[in-house]
Amino acid sequence: MTQTRFAGTDRYVATPDLMMAVNAAVTLARPLLIKGEPGTGKTQLAEEIARSLSRPLFEWHIKSTSKAQQGLYEYDAVSRLRDSQLGEQKVHDIRNYIVKGRLWEAFESEVQPVLLIDEIDKADIEFPNDLLRELDRMEFYVHETRELVKARHRPIMLITSNNEKELPDAFLRRCFFHYIRFPDTETMEKIVRVHFPGLKKELLAEALATFFSVRDTPGLKKKPSTSELLDWIKLLVAEDIPPEALRSDDPKKTIPVLHGALLKNEQDVHLFEQLVFLNRRAGR
Amino acid sequence: MLVRFFNDLRAGGVPVTLPEFLGLLEGLEARLAALSPEDFYYLARMALVKDERHFDRFDRVFAEHFAGAEKLFEKLAAELPAEWLKPLTEKLFTEEEKSRVAALGGWKQLLETLQQRLREQKDRHEGGNRWIGTGGTSPFGNQGFNPEGVRVGQAGSRERRAVKVWEARDYRNLDDAVELGTRNIKMALRRLRRFAREGAPEELDLDGTIDSTARSGGLLDIRMQPERRNAVKLLLLLDVGGSMDPHVKICEELFSAARAEFKHLEYFYFHNFPYERVWKDNRRRFSAITDTWTLLRTFNSDYRVVFVGDATMSPYEIEQPGGSVEHWNDEAGRTWMQRITAHFPHLVWLNPEPEDRWDWTASIQITRALVNQRMFPLTLDGLDRAMRELKRKTLYTAPDVS
Repeated sequence: MTQTRFAGTDRYVATPDLMMAVNAAVTLARPLLIKGEPGTGKTQLAEEIARSLSRPLFEWHIKSTSKAQQGLYEYDAVSRLRDSQLGEQKVHDIRNYIVKGRLWEAFESEVQPVLLIDEIDKADIEFPNDLLRELDRMEFYVHETRELVKARHRPIMLITSNNEKELPDAFLRRCFFHYIRFPDTETMEKIVRVHFPGLKKELLAEALATFFSVRDTPGLKKKPSTSELLDWIKLLVAEDIPPEALRSDDPKKTIPVLHGALLKNEQDVHLFEQLVFLNRRAGR
Repeated sequence: MLVRFFNDLRAGGVPVTLPEFLGLLEGLEARLAALSPEDFYYLARMALVKDERHFDRFDRVFAEHFAGAEKLFEKLAAELPAEWLKPLTEKLFTEEEKSRVAALGGWKQLLETLQQRLREQKDRHEGGNRWIGTGGTSPFGNQGFNPEGVRVGQAGSRERRAVKVWEARDYRNLDDAVELGTRNIKMALRRLRRFAREGAPEELDLDGTIDSTARSGGLLDIRMQPERRNAVKLLLLLDVGGSMDPHVKICEELFSAARAEFKHLEYFYFHNFPYERVWKDNRRRFSAITDTWTLLRTFNSDYRVVFVGDATMSPYEIEQPGGSVEHWNDEAGRTWMQRITAHFPHLVWLNPEPEDRWDWTASIQITRALVNQRMFPLTLDGLDRAMRELKRKTLYTAPDVS
């Protein structure tokens, strides 16, 4: 173990409260529930923790059809049934039909792993309830083979949620909780610096000013987030846009260049055009 | 030690439980919060609060305790023998600071300065802040006002910055629930979770498979069936302002309960009666509005619609164009209501007014007729009936709007 405390990485800027949350979760071996606007780096956090503490990372991405059982193991009854019809020999050992899930794999890891359960709110509302004992004791029972699977090392467990559904209280009680706030200008500057070390100061300042003014536009369906800002700056750099192009007398009077990276649906673009039009008329 | 803080959090509406509290103590024991008020604040928040909507309440309780802690410290400092503080401060202060202490005239002088500083701090609280500590004897004070806090009296700025973290109340906007004692309402809303088998077959239908395998003489014939999924979509329309103000609390309880239950839940606000516009953000009700036509086009008719409103107003507000109390409406509320009932066959109106008073208000009678008697009181029993109505298969078809 090279490092035991997480303090952000060269690719990831962590605020003090986030560092505290991660370190507390690591020290006390509790699952950490991360919420926040889309695009604030929730998923990336797990990768960065694994990288900076040099631990293996197990990712379990949740879909609306995911079942808690799939994370533990699945019993492939259908192929066993088929094999029995074909007279295969392996049909006699039920172990051949138990497929391990991500949680089982993480439990078997030689060193303490990082386990990411991504977007837990996408699943059915009963999903978190089905994982209570597993989170608490870090063990589960395989009914088919009557064996108890126990974690060798309690994994550093990160759970992300986009708030599409509320999570049950019993589940929340077992987790630590951190809400990633949308970064303020200062933090945002640091984040952009980390991703684009060579970026010109003027361009950065102009880009950030434009970005925050777009974000402040009332009524946007989807506010642009950090990841969208980074994409946009990447485009600006690739197209070699000079900072002057972003600057105008009033940022509200023009649509930002390459706005496709920031505004993600046609209603928003339309709304923005209308606002710009109104502002122009008012300015005259 | 922190038990009072724990109790106050519960009283303040943050749903904290004992295991979480023990988690915090565990964290303190592991020395995670290394002697800084901010660290302690972050640790306490992450261990005790599990929903960003409760951050604001947590901040308020925390601020109250912190203010109380200052008062406590003031009291303590007056009675405290200097020797108590001395070893503490010696550990924390640098040589430079110690010499500055000496320049100030020794420990006695320092304590006086400290007390004075604290008084200043308290004044600041009482001046501009409405959450003044009520306690003053809180045992939490010892924790929150940790040794580094002592140093603050000297440096001044550090503590102020720390105070700001929880006094900024950045999370006020996220607090959309008033009270979480909504178990009853939640139970009733749960009836709405209609488990309909819909969509592509993706689950092994064991009974079907056995049956059809047996029928085909033992040759395996696998049958699949669609998975059970919560397919209820809900559109909430809430009356705010004016005569509804006493009922806002109960509405928000309903709202916070409802959020947990459905995959699709949309909500809009209106004032007194639905007209050509509704809005999502009450603070921007005049700028960020949604056209009711857009609403009708966006949500298809399999959405269940729940109105929450007391329907208590002047009948003109329903019957006349321009009857709205806050803007000029070109078409009467009645017309809009008929359009809505025609578009959404599953619709109920929940009324917080007691049911026995409904007959006394003309506007309630009109509204009741408009929603075809599907108005229910906002009680557990009323909710039950409303949910049953929403689940009904035979649909009510509204008369044509002409």
